[in-house]
Amino acid sequence: MKNNLLVSFWPHIQMKDSITKIMWIVFLSLIPAGIAGVYFFGLHSLVLIFVSIVTAVFTEALIQLIRKKKITIYDGSAALTGLLLAYNLPPAVPFWIPIVGSFFAIAIAKQTFGGLGRNIFNPALSARVFLLLSWPTYMTAFVNPFGSADTISSATPLSTLKEGGRTLSDIGLTYMDLFLGRRAGCIGEVAIFLLLLGALVLLILKIITLHTPLSFIFMLAIFSWIFDKHGLFKGDVLFSIMSGGVILGAFFMATDYVTSPLTKKGKIVFGIGCGLITFIIRRFAGYPEGVSFSILIMNAFVPLIDRIFKPSVYGKK
Amino acid sequence: MAKNNNLWQEFSKGLFKENPIFYIVLGLCPTLAITTSLENALGMSGAVIFVLTFSNVVISSIRKIVPDKIRIPCFIVVIASFVTITELLMQGYFPILVKHLGIFLPLIVVNCIIMGRAEAFAKNHKVIPSLLDGLGMGVGFSLAIILIAGMREFLGTGKILGRIVFRCFSPSLIFVLPPGALLTLGLLIALFNRIKKR
Repeated sequence: MKNNLLVSFWPHIQMKDSITKIMWIVFLSLIPAGIAGVYFFGLHSLVLIFVSIVTAVFTEALIQLIRKKKITIYDGSAALTGLLLAYNLPPAVPFWIPIVGSFFAIAIAKQTFGGLGRNIFNPALSARVFLLLSWPTYMTAFVNPFGSADTISSATPLSTLKEGGRTLSDIGLTYMDLFLGRRAGCIGEVAIFLLLLGALVLLILKIITLHTPLSFIFMLAIFSWIFDKHGLFKGDVLFSIMSGGVILGAFFMATDYVTSPLTKKGKIVFGIGCGLITFIIRRFAGYPEGVSFSILIMNAFVPLIDRIFKPSVYGKK
Repeated sequence: MAKNNNLWQEFSKGLFKENPIFYIVLGLCPTLAITTSLENALGMSGAVIFVLTFSNVVISSIRKIVPDKIRIPCFIVVIASFVTITELLMQGYFPILVKHLGIFLPLIVVNCIIMGRAEAFAKNHKVIPSLLDGLGMGVGFSLAIILIAGMREFLGTGKILGRIVFRCFSPSLIFVLPPGALLTLGLLIALFNRIKKR
C-alpha cells in the first residue's frame, strides 16, 4: 500500500502501517460486539449488517468508476463505514434502511467531498442522522433482547428515563445488564463489555489514543452527575456513560482519523466538546440520545481546532 | 434578423446558461425556504416572474432620469410597489397559498435576483431587452424552484401536488426539512455544473 497520506503538520515520521491494515484491524476489533448484537437481537441484525457492508462497498466501487478514479474497495474503509452504520441501527429496521443509509454514507457524505481523507463529517454518523430524520418511526423502534422483532417494541433505557422514569431499577435493569448489553438499543452499541475489549486492542496496537474517548466520557459523566434533572449532584454517572451509544461513539467514531483533530490537545478539546453537546442534547433537547449529533457537530469544528493547536516549529520561540 | 437573435438571447440566457439559481446562485432564500411543495413553488414562480418583468421594464424606462447616487432606493420603491400589488392580488385570489408562503412573499422585495437584474441589466439597457431579460430570468428561476420543489415534495412526502404517486413508497421525511433543501440544491448545482462543463 503506497497510499500513506501526509495530512498533519511536519516533521513527519512515517509509520509502516498502511490505511488498509488499520482499517481491517478496526473492522476486526468491532466484530465481537456485532456477534453479541446478533445473539441478542436475532438473525435479522446479521442480515442488516451484511446488507449495509455490501451496499457500502458496492457504492464506493460504483462512484469511483463514475469518477474514473482508482477503485479502492479493498482498503476496508467502505466496509468499515458500512459496519459502523449497521451498528448504529435499531435491530428491527426493514432491510432497505441500511441500503439507503450506506449509499448516503458513501455517495453523499464521503465521495462528494472527494473520497477517503477528504470528508468533513463521519460518513456512518451522517448516514445515521439522515436516516433518523428521514424515517423517525423506523429509527426509534427498538426491541428488547431475545424478543421477536415483529411483536415486542420497547424504548431504550435512555428514552424511558427521559420520559419520567427515575432510576435504573424502575426499568428493571442492573448495571450488569448494561455492561453485558442485555438492553434495548442499536445493534452494535449494546455490548459495552465487548466494545471495550475491541477498544483495548486498538489502544495496545496504538491505532487510537485515549485522549478523545476519555475526555468525551469524563465530560459527559461530570455534567450528567452535577446537572441531573432531579437536582444538583444527583445524576447517575455509570448509567450516563453505559447507556446509549457513548462507548461505541467515543472509542470508534470520535477517533476516526479523517474527521478528528491531529494533535493531542486538539483531540482533548474535541472530546470535551462531544461530551458537552451529548449532555446538552440528552438533558434539554427532544432526542433521548445525542452522541451522533455531538460528534457530527464537533466534526465541523475540526479544521478550526487543528489551526488553534498547531504545534510550534522546532527551534522557534 | 441579427437583432431578433439578440433579443432571443436576452430571454434564453436566464433559462439555462445564466440560470439564477444553478449558475449565478442568487435568490437562495426563497429557493431553500418555500420549496417544500410544488404548489408553493408555482405560487412563488408566478409572483417572481411578474415582479421581475415589470420592475425591469419600469427601471429601464426611468433609467435616464434617476440620479446615480440614489438609484438603489429608487429601484427598491419600484420593486416594492410591484411586490405589494402581487401580494394584495394573491391575498384576494389565493389566500391559502399566501398563508403557506408566509413572510417569503413580501420578502421578494429584497430577492437578490430582482435587485441583481435591476443593477446589472435594466439600469443600462433599453426597455424591450430589459423586459425579455426579466422574463427569461424569472422563468429560469421558476424552472429551478419547480424542479427542486418537485423533487423535495416527491421524496419527502411521496406526493406530487398533493396526490400520492406510489403507494408502496416510504417517503424520506428529511427532504421536506431544511437539510433536505440544502442537499437537493447542492446536488442539483453539482449536476448542472457537470452538464455545463461537457
